[in-house]
Order: sequence, then C-alpha cells, then structure tokens
Amino acid sequence: MSTSESTASGIGPVEGASLYSVDNPAPVIEPPRKRTRKSPKSTRGNFEMAAWLFMRLSGVVLVVLVIGHLLIQLVLDGGVSKIGFAFVAGRWASPFWQVWDLLMLWLAMLHGANGLRTVINDYAERANTRLWLKGLLYTATVFTILLGTLVIFTFDPNIR
Amino acid sequence: MPAGTLYRGREGMWSWVAHRVTGVLIFFFLFVHVLDTALVRVSPEAYDTVVATYKTPIVALLEYGLVAAILFHALNGLRVIAVDFWLQGARYQKQMLWTVVAVWVVLMIGALYPVLGHAVRELFGS
Repeated sequence: MSTSESTASGIGPVEGASLYSVDNPAPVIEPPRKRTRKSPKSTRGNFEMAAWLFMRLSGVVLVVLVIGHLLIQLVLDGGVSKIGFAFVAGRWASPFWQVWDLLMLWLAMLHGANGLRTVINDYAERANTRLWLKGLLYTATVFTILLGTLVIFTFDPNIR
Repeated sequence: MPAGTLYRGREGMWSWVAHRVTGVLIFFFLFVHVLDTALVRVSPEAYDTVVATYKTPIVALLEYGLVAAILFHALNGLRVIAVDFWLQGARYQKQMLWTVVAVWVVLMIGALYPVLGHAVRELFGS
C-alpha cells in the first residue's frame, strides 16, 4: 500500500514515466453513451429524482408538524384525556390549526404513499402483484386525502 | 444454507430496516387516524365514543409505541438527510445514528409520564 509513491500524473513507478504532458496531451475519448443530437429522445422523466427530493423536503416539514401535533394531542394539558368533539371544535375554530392539519395531512399521506410505493417495488417480485398492490395503495391514498380535506373544510361545530 | 453468505449489515443496514418498519407502521396508523377523525362529521357522540377507546390503558401502550416509531423515524430521517446533503455525512453516519438513539431514549423517557400516566392512574387508582 505505497500509494504515496505515485507521481502527479497518477501513474505509479511500475508503469514508468507518462507519455503525455501539458504540451503533449492525451487524446480525448468521447464518452460511449453521450447523448447527441442523433440519439433518440429520452422517454424517462425525472420522477424518481423528484420523489427522492420530495421525501427529504416533506420530511423536514413533517418533523415540525407531527411533533407539534403529538405535543398538543398527547402531552400538554392532560394528554389524550382531554380530546373530544369540543376539543376538536376549539382547535379548528382557528384557521392556523386548520392549515396546520391540512398541510400535515397532505404531506404525511404523500410521504407515506411514496414510501410504501418504494417498499412494494422492492419486495413484490411479480409484475401483477406490484400492479395490484400499488393500485390499492393509490386508491386508499386518494380516498384518505380527499376525505380528510373534506372533513377539515366542512367541519361544523354546531352539527347538533 | 452455506455459511457466511447471508449479508448482515451493521448500523447502516439496521437503521435502514428500522426506518422502513416504522414508516409502514406509521402509514397504517395515519390511515386509521384520518378515518376516526372523519367521525366529527357524523356526530359528536360517534367521535367521542371512538376517541374513548384511545384513552384505555391498552391503547395508551400502543400510543407509546406510536410515539416511539414516529420519534425514531423523524430523528433517523434527519440523519438520512444529513448523510445525503452534508459533505461529511457519510463519514459520520454511525456517530449520527448513536446520537439519534441517545436523543430517542431521552425523549421516550420524557414521554413516559405524559402518555402513560393516565393509564397507570386508571389501572392502579390515583
């Protein structure tokens, strides 16, 4: 392991002196898969990269939203014992908590759905199994997001 | 099975496994939680009846497990972001995992009384 002996050109003592220098540079080799004007248009978008980035961005926001939610619901002011219809009505009287809960619902559902999509892709080996599991996942996700949004927007404290 | 062919990772792999397991568990709870909250659109009685089950000692224990899963997923998620975006992230991933575990243990001890206190009082009297 005597890597320190290699010269600045990256060629070790065994290979001898470099054939090339600043005045006599090595020929440029074209990258084999470089896209040119002649190569067909890529059919793949950047969805997976966008999903990867979304997981990190939504994750940071969710840490704040969810831990705040846990503090309010389970820790402060008597913990879970105080939760009831009146408590929900009191919180959703404020637009601040409506927006908080709406944002938390959307981000958490999309974050979780994308996570489960990854898990399904990893473990369901048959194409048909993946299709059905993801169909079920997307149906449940759309249903839950729409139901939750509807509940927040149409909440009526005087329902009775 | 031939010896020595099963990959057993170290901190990196096991934190990845724990991140997956907690993530799936949280997602399933979230689905149920939106459904139970939707009962506020049915009637105050329907909502209060279902929320009453959340206040029983057994479900309180499940809530403590939920808090455990969420706190680990949140802290380890921040570690994953640090590994991805911080130049030194990959070098310090093990130290960051043990930091995550330490903070998690402290927070779980802190959550003990607020989350489980009412269940203990109900079981053993105040």
